[in-house]
Amino acid sequence: MKTDAFISLLSAGIKPIDRHLQRKVFTRAIVLGGAGSLLLMLMLFGVRADIHLMLMTPLFWLKMALPLVLAATSLLLLTRASRPGVAIGSYWLAPALPVLVLWLAALVILLATPQMERYPLIMGVTWKQCPFNIALLSIPACVALVWAVRQLAPTRLRTAGLLTGLLASSLATMAYCLHCPEMGVPFWALWYVLGMLIPAALGWLLGPLLLRW
Amino acid sequence: MHTLDLYPVPASNLSLMKIAQSWSGIHGKICYDAAVLASTSVRSLLAHSMPVSVPPQSAPPISRRSMMPAIPKPAMQAVEAQLKGLLLRGLEGDETAYRAFLDALSTRLRAYIRKRLFHLHDEVEDIVQETLLAVHNARHTYRADQPLTAWLYAIARYKLMDFLRVRSRHDAFNEPLEDHHELFASVDEEQSSAKRDVGVLLEQLPDKQRLPIQHVKLEGLSVAQTAQLTGLSESAVKIGIHRGLKSLAAKIRLLT
Repeated sequence: MKTDAFISLLSAGIKPIDRHLQRKVFTRAIVLGGAGSLLLMLMLFGVRADIHLMLMTPLFWLKMALPLVLAATSLLLLTRASRPGVAIGSYWLAPALPVLVLWLAALVILLATPQMERYPLIMGVTWKQCPFNIALLSIPACVALVWAVRQLAPTRLRTAGLLTGLLASSLATMAYCLHCPEMGVPFWALWYVLGMLIPAALGWLLGPLLLRW
Repeated sequence: MHTLDLYPVPASNLSLMKIAQSWSGIHGKICYDAAVLASTSVRSLLAHSMPVSVPPQSAPPISRRSMMPAIPKPAMQAVEAQLKGLLLRGLEGDETAYRAFLDALSTRLRAYIRKRLFHLHDEVEDIVQETLLAVHNARHTYRADQPLTAWLYAIARYKLMDFLRVRSRHDAFNEPLEDHHELFASVDEEQSSAKRDVGVLLEQLPDKQRLPIQHVKLEGLSVAQTAQLTGLSESAVKIGIHRGLKSLAAKIRLLT
């Protein structure tokens, strides 16, 4: 087919486009993917027994705040990475800053703790499962978000893949917080962050494969 | 367009002069001809080029090719404004404006790609078509507050890099300091024949996608008429067109 004819084909019978498609697609993916991760958490792990108590504990809400802030900031970056020609640049600070604050808080807490008690504060009792549980719970959210990003047009596939993984694991971590009994800030600073980085790293690796268009 | 082929100076001298130019700071841009550069180390080129007198800024064929945009910046801003107007009307469903947009874009894409892939000359038209399809499939991601060149350039570059990666010709295209206005720099209306026939690929699509495209896009029927003719619902016709053009892009990827 000649290029002229191809252009006629592309332009024939076009309809007005939906300007809010990106917002709709991401809303749908986050609601469905988040619900999927929550459901998986309920099926596999269950909500912690003292959740009533927790809902009134400020530290619990601080714990929730970390994945919430990461979800919001990685969503902001992902919406940029899903459109051609939109730079990310210093926006990378948005998800990096909360993690730095968390690490700083963990450091301060560790320094204020007698040496003998530091180790349990970092390792908790569930460090062996925690990162893998978070990665496992990310799967439903990952599937939904990959579907969403594929509706758009990412041109930096590794970046988009990494951010997809980060957003999915942030949602999964919010679900996991309802189960996880660990309340030590240094524990979150290490194992939660590690758990969230697993899907992000996988996204970086698989982005070119899954998001190509 | 064929300045490079016709220009009498041997390729090695050409790159010497380019290096001399960028070294002397007249033009900041690095030349694209990586294949030539790769054969000689930059250091030795520089050493040789130092005593050579720097050609005046107006040296015509070189600056036309890669050093300076063929048309000055204000003109390119006019192109940007014109194309943007056409695209925005196209996004609202104005078929004539959208066609004019794709027409104008194709001439600039062709010139841009032909300059960079002169060793793959017979595939230029294929890449032009593939990029037009990509622009069409991604058109809902354009926002009016964004420079059109940046958006188009990102898509064109993505498709070109994808094409070269498949062929492991990564080396052939390096554009470290390229300005995305380069995309609008020149026009080439001379279509060469495409190697792959998009029409044949369209026929391989499943009926649910092929029939809506054939009736609406090739025969010019309305969505309602097509729905009546095929027994599909109107939304199924629209979805069929949308998915069909996406799977057409996937088929092209598998071929290259």
